[in-house]
Amino acid sequence: MSTIELRQVEKKFGDLHAVKPLDLTIQDGEFIVLLGPSGCGKTTTLRMISGLETVSGGTIWLNGRNVTWLHPSARDIAFVFQFYALYPHLTVWRNIAFPLQAQGESRETVDKRVTEVAQLLRIEHLLGAHPGQLSGGDQQRVALARALVRRPAAFLMDEPLGALDADFRESMRSEIKRLHVLQHATTVYVTHDQIEAMAMGDRIVVMSEAAIQQIGTPSDVYNDPSNLFVARFIGSPGMNLVPGKYADRVVQMAGLDNRYAVPQGWHTALNKGLDGGSDIVVGFRPEAAQINDRGSLVGKVYASEMQGSSAVLHLTINENEIIHIRTDRLIPYPIDTLIHFDINPQMVRFFNPKTEAAIKPEVAQ
Amino acid sequence: MSHVELQHITKNFPGVTALEDVSFDVKDGEFFVLLGPTGAGKTTTLRAIAGLEHQDAGSILFDGELMDNVTPSDRDVALVFQQYSLYPTMSVFDNLAFPLRSPLRRTSVEEIRKKVEETAEILHISHLLKRKTAHLSGGEMQRVSIGRAIVRSPRVFLMDEPLSNLDAKLREALRVELQHLQKTQGSTTLFVTHDQIEALTMADRIGVLNEGKLIQVGTPEDIYDRPSTTFIAQLVGSPRINLYNAQQQDGTITICDSDIHMPAPKDGKLPADFQVGLRPEDVDLDPNGIFSGQLVLAEPLGVETILHIQSNKCTLLSIVPGISTYHLGDLLKFNIAYEHIHYFGLNGDRFKS
Amino acid sequence: MASFEETGPRTPVVEPTRVDKVHPRAKLGKSFRVILTLIVTFIMIIPVLVMIMTAFKSRADIVTPPPKVLFHPTLEGFLYLFTDRSLFSPSNLEAARANPGNLDYWQKLALSVGQKINGPSDYVGRLKNSVIIAGTSTILSVILGLFAAYAFSRFKIAGKDDLLFFILSTRMLPGVVVTIPLFLLYKQLGWNDTHIGMIILYTVFNLSFSVWLLKGFIDEIPIEYEEAALVDGYTRLQAFFKIVLPQAVNGIAATTVFCLIFAWNEYAFALMLTSQKARTAPPSIATMLGSGGLEWSAIAAGSLGFLIPVAIVTFVLRDYLLRGVTFGAVRK
Ligand SMILES: Nc1ncnc2c1ncn2[C@@H]1O[C@H](COP(=O)(O)OP(=O)(O)OP(=O)(O)O)[C@@H](O)[C@H]1O
Ligand SMILES: Nc1ncnc2c1ncn2[C@@H]1O[C@H](COP(=O)(O)OP(=O)(O)OP(=O)(O)O)[C@@H](O)[C@H]1O
Ligand SMILES: [Mg+2]
Ligand SMILES: [Mg+2]
Repeated sequence: MSTIELRQVEKKFGDLHAVKPLDLTIQDGEFIVLLGPSGCGKTTTLRMISGLETVSGGTIWLNGRNVTWLHPSARDIAFVFQFYALYPHLTVWRNIAFPLQAQGESRETVDKRVTEVAQLLRIEHLLGAHPGQLSGGDQQRVALARALVRRPAAFLMDEPLGALDADFRESMRSEIKRLHVLQHATTVYVTHDQIEAMAMGDRIVVMSEAAIQQIGTPSDVYNDPSNLFVARFIGSPGMNLVPGKYADRVVQMAGLDNRYAVPQGWHTALNKGLDGGSDIVVGFRPEAAQINDRGSLVGKVYASEMQGSSAVLHLTINENEIIHIRTDRLIPYPIDTLIHFDINPQMVRFFNPKTEAAIKPEVAQ
Repeated sequence: MSHVELQHITKNFPGVTALEDVSFDVKDGEFFVLLGPTGAGKTTTLRAIAGLEHQDAGSILFDGELMDNVTPSDRDVALVFQQYSLYPTMSVFDNLAFPLRSPLRRTSVEEIRKKVEETAEILHISHLLKRKTAHLSGGEMQRVSIGRAIVRSPRVFLMDEPLSNLDAKLREALRVELQHLQKTQGSTTLFVTHDQIEALTMADRIGVLNEGKLIQVGTPEDIYDRPSTTFIAQLVGSPRINLYNAQQQDGTITICDSDIHMPAPKDGKLPADFQVGLRPEDVDLDPNGIFSGQLVLAEPLGVETILHIQSNKCTLLSIVPGISTYHLGDLLKFNIAYEHIHYFGLNGDRFKS
Repeated sequence: MASFEETGPRTPVVEPTRVDKVHPRAKLGKSFRVILTLIVTFIMIIPVLVMIMTAFKSRADIVTPPPKVLFHPTLEGFLYLFTDRSLFSPSNLEAARANPGNLDYWQKLALSVGQKINGPSDYVGRLKNSVIIAGTSTILSVILGLFAAYAFSRFKIAGKDDLLFFILSTRMLPGVVVTIPLFLLYKQLGWNDTHIGMIILYTVFNLSFSVWLLKGFIDEIPIEYEEAALVDGYTRLQAFFKIVLPQAVNGIAATTVFCLIFAWNEYAFALMLTSQKARTAPPSIATMLGSGGLEWSAIAAGSLGFLIPVAIVTFVLRDYLLRGVTFGAVRK
């Protein structure tokens, strides 16, 4: 249906650089998620794509056409807001039909398309109701239906689930994703919830401080974060990041005399990546830790959390650092127990604390 | 610290019964979580214990001592609210010192300083003491309000969704700190939340409240593994439990009119129509599995992937570790861990087994 | 899926017309708005400018048509305002002018228009009355209003809505309608032309306003703060002083200014109910008589002097007011 390309697009609000020049190419039918903490410029980027906000620099291309200065209504894009923005005085049917009627479609076409989209979203039984009578989830379905019914070239969604309860979010999340699987409409989706981003995105654009930190598939950003920010932000809990000193193929971590022997295949990369310095950050996911009585690393239990089917142990390895490791939930660990563990050598990552960037291994792992 | 006991508490507001015959107790040094959806009566319970609301029937006891006619200031409880808990016109130090300066306590200036500094130390907010609260971040504010509660060792801590306005990362971090603090200080704590993960992760015991009624009390394992109703089964656990209508005939169970059949448990006596609950982790992918279905959606969360499997009319959620490499449309074989199936009646109540 | 390399924008495309090129137009719009604001402000401020100029004009300059914009400033108006004078007889005038040695500035000024100063005018006393009456009634209505508003906001009171409506209804009649009954009532009580009478009148009149305004502000202070204080071991009164009061300062400041402005400027009641002892400044300024009809420079000087105290109070409280007068709309 359509491709979207941003070239050196940026936005300034007076002195505030809300979005620094960024490049992004979105393929036809792709589901792209803009992910980042509050205030990082996600909404602003989305609004620039839609034309609701003008750019301060750069160009926006839609399907090979420069639309940088085109009016929002001429861009053939649908926008779904966080707050559903339904017209309270119209029935659900008329709310959904509204964009079609605005385009002057014939009565039959409107009828047919509204019925189709209502079936798709399973809201046929609600067509006669007014928005005020619906639950939050149903209202959001209606808002989605109103966007879908137009069959636009692309969808832009700004935290459409942000106002819903947690359990609703989970089911709406998979509904939206299934809709995308069925329709394959190019979609740009904004959220600050990394779980939502992972679950939904074909690719994720991680933003922070008005700039893109990494663009990649869920597996890329989870397994191979490009820098410390992405490593910390993705995952719940995020990646464990332990500072230390690297020398002689061993990382000496601060605190409980933890000496970590770097696995084979990393040494040249580390020597190069650290630029001759010795400060290093060792990163590993909570599930990469393997509890083992003869493990080379040790931590003291700080707290333990039963999370349903699994559990997370929080260990202190010195005064400032708490690390998280995933365990079998059936074993209780009292506070201050010493836990020995190893790190799965396939799943360890290294970062240069000065540049905050990830160090690339010598050979593709 | 104290043992708190609620006996048959009922509270009516015009037009609603906020609490109906609620009884439970929080043991000395226990971390008790009240879990329930919005409007369940969680806040009302806390307010009744604090004395800010007076129950219409029933009694509240601290260490066996009747509290019904004791004023809020004399109950010696500490309350942490979801928001609005810091006095905006005071500095962080003054906020922490406020409970100590109460005429009931008459703490000396020297002692106030010492206690405030100790508390700030525990919560890592020593560097903020001179700041005005308006200039703090959300996480710092919530730390200070927790500080204001622990600064004076009350008989019981009451916390009303103190983490719900924070972003996900902060919530995770504070959850851990709060739990550590409670375990190391041994304080009696009643924590209210609508977030099941907070309840599971922090609680010694959980009480599930819905529409003013207490429907189950138990350890996180009890609640997760033996939910007493379908409501609770769906409330806890993420991804959500698979719940199906089921029929039984001659010792064979059929779920959601599909060709998923399984043997009925030998000991239980199941009626013809009932419901089964199946946790996603109990749907095990297995190349030699006896059931099969098509992958219709995959949600990679990082540590695990949620797979939506369509088998006839049945959609089952399953989880697999890591980021799965299956493609949509793949035919997947799986087994079901029969011994972990939950059986509920059509009215939603769990069958005793 | 097609990629940009195949179909993308690198093939020449026709630039669409720029329907929404905002920057230049937005800038133009902004400067236009600024200019418009300046013009409107200027028009609004003309009467004040004229008043200020008139206050410093000599009697002759005031009446020359067309009005002079450039003139020799003089303090004649203030002389007329603050002093009681009499005319010199022609012979005395000669003598005085011949020997001005030990006269001060004001006496010399009076001499230049052929008058001599007998003492301070009534106006000084009336200004003092204004300060006493407006100040006291403002303080009273804010304090009483604050307690009433707190009670209305926080407690269950039987017939609360009716009571609030009743309080508001006292403001529904125009002032003139009640002046005659009030006059008769005050005559019976012996309160005509007394400070206490005027203070009570203004206080009652302002009270409805201050209760409503302050209730709005207190409603906005979350009750959780007080409940936290109760649980922390404080009584309700202590919680009121330590928690509510500091947070209500914006509202209190706004209410104070509004009450003060009303009491300070009030004209109709003062004209009817006071004559000498408790007469306030507004009615006396308007009736400032000189030797030849109304003394315009004195009236202007009086108005100017009269304006200054309220201007100062407003200025001192401006930080609170800015947030206060929006009636809480922009408070966090
Ligand atoms: N119209 C505006 N005028 C001035 N500053 C703005 C405007 N819109 C946004 N900003 C600023 O630009 C920055 C980026 O804002 P944006 O709304 O894009 O953030 P976001 O990533 O969507 O955050 P959130 O998750 O909180 O919605 C913020 O610092 C914001 O305050
Ligand atoms: N002061 C009150 N007056 C009238 N009804 C009230 C009052 N306080 C609570 N209720 C009602 O009592 C019921 C329980 O409210 P409560 O605040 O205890 O719920 P909750 O479990 O804390 O919900 P939430 O998760 O939304 O905070 C609700 O139906 C609510 O509307
Ligand atoms: Mg946003
Ligand atoms: Mg509540």
